Amino acid sequence: MSLIAAWGLTKRFGDFTAVDGINFEVERGEVFGFLGPNGAGKSSTMRMIGCVSDPTGGALRILGMDPSREGTKIRSRLGVVPQQDNLDEELSVAENLYVYGRYFDLPRAVLRSRISELLEFVQLSERADDHVEPLSGGMKRRLTIARALISEPEALLLDEPTTGLDPQARHVVWERLWTLKRQGVTQVLTTHYMDEAEQLCDRLVVMDRGKIVAEGSPRQLIERYSTREVVEVRTHGQVTVMADALRRLGESPEAQARDELYERVEELPDRVLLYTDHGERLVALLGEVEHESVLVRRSTLEDVFLHLTGRSLVD
Amino acid sequence: MAPAAVIPRPKLAVEYWLLTYRRNWKGSLLTSFLSPILFLAAMGLGLGSLVDAEVGSGRNLGGLDYLDFLAPGLLAGNAMMLAVNESTYPVLGGFKWYRTYMAMAASPLRGRDILLGHFTYMAFRVTLASFVFLGVMAAFGAVSSPLAVLAPICAALCGMAFATPTAAFVATRINADNFSTYTRFVIMPMFLFSGIFYPVSQLPIVLEQIAWLTPVWHGVRLCRALSTGSGVSWELAGHLAYLVALILVGTLLASRTFTRRLYE
Repeated sequence: MSLIAAWGLTKRFGDFTAVDGINFEVERGEVFGFLGPNGAGKSSTMRMIGCVSDPTGGALRILGMDPSREGTKIRSRLGVVPQQDNLDEELSVAENLYVYGRYFDLPRAVLRSRISELLEFVQLSERADDHVEPLSGGMKRRLTIARALISEPEALLLDEPTTGLDPQARHVVWERLWTLKRQGVTQVLTTHYMDEAEQLCDRLVVMDRGKIVAEGSPRQLIERYSTREVVEVRTHGQVTVMADALRRLGESPEAQARDELYERVEELPDRVLLYTDHGERLVALLGEVEHESVLVRRSTLEDVFLHLTGRSLVD
Repeated sequence: MAPAAVIPRPKLAVEYWLLTYRRNWKGSLLTSFLSPILFLAAMGLGLGSLVDAEVGSGRNLGGLDYLDFLAPGLLAGNAMMLAVNESTYPVLGGFKWYRTYMAMAASPLRGRDILLGHFTYMAFRVTLASFVFLGVMAAFGAVSSPLAVLAPICAALCGMAFATPTAAFVATRINADNFSTYTRFVIMPMFLFSGIFYPVSQLPIVLEQIAWLTPVWHGVRLCRALSTGSGVSWELAGHLAYLVALILVGTLLASRTFTRRLYE
């Protein structure tokens, strides 16, 4: 049986539908991601899974239980890393873990040993007695993760775990989450970072405007929604002019004679993207079009994401 | 392999507040000492000597020196002030700035555990400060009945009759914009017009009747009777019942507004 299962899960705030009838299942031991732009409904979904927000429609089962009736029991078996840190800045690092463990009614002796193990795990042992306030953003995040692990939860919920961190701090957090994954800790996370989703998630869903628009492993999503490669052609001149030239190139009899050169053309302010399965062959033909530089790269989750959710802001 | 489900209790939430109290108990206790010393010295002794000399001790104060009259009133008024402080900024902070309540809500604690935990801690703070206040009163010689040991409990009830509805209201606020208006134009007038500094019978009848409705007037009557030993009667049970009823109503309201804010 899945650890978490949702059917037609819906959350409405007045007239606004934040989560619009989504279905998903999270299996024990996997890292499952909700990928989507801001306002896609990821955090609302996470709050429902964390049993701090009642669904307005559909069904949700967590650890086989109904969150609207057994929220307390479910929460005692989950660990939550919220999007916004809510550590107590006036208490010390160790006290933050201690007091949170007490919310789960864990005995003092158990907490003592777990606190030192967890501080070791998130590399904060030396800061155990320091106040939280002066810690860096990355340290606070690691402490919040340690806090979520204090009750040895069966699943860890992480809402945008590395948003706002610098690259070094992000890599340290990822590395810790990787270690947890190897230990078999089920993780459910939301993110709008492609690299994060690609590195951490076994499986993910892409959300947009409250709906799930795609589902699969990062590899599957790239295969399904993008081409093998992307050719980026830059120009100093007018992008539209170059794009037209590239389109004509694709329609030339020579190109038509072979396989299709590319699937899609996309114009950006300074370059044109050609989604193709034959990058090198395409580049060989580019001599006929005036351009500044050209780059062939593999398709990434970002290409999938932007294809599915669009480049324009939906604020 | 699943751990046994924990039994959530408000006590677990209280532990958090006590831990934060341990960080600043010295400063908080010092304030609890200094505040009554300043008030009793300035108004009880300073102003009181004038009142006693001019008005003649006891004529309008039920046979009491001004200091003996004033001190138990201030005990109740001080509890009100402290309780209002504890139930405004710290409560909004729990939702918004420190997000303490949100952290608790993600744990097995339920909304009512979070709420009752914080209320219990507020009651503890106000009771403690009220006992310190009583100690200072005794040092000033402003206590004349052994029943006075019960006065801090009544003062704390008076405080909680303010704290619970205040917290209920604060839980509906997005920001602290109205807080100073509330203390200045709701709480301060009660401090000034509810029989702490002079009997409400000195007021025009309309204001006197309004004063009877304020929780602080009931708290003042209770504290004054217990500290002076005069006027101890069944009337006190009525004051007590009024305060307890307000606490219950305030807690029910807070339970609603907290739940709405925590689980929206």
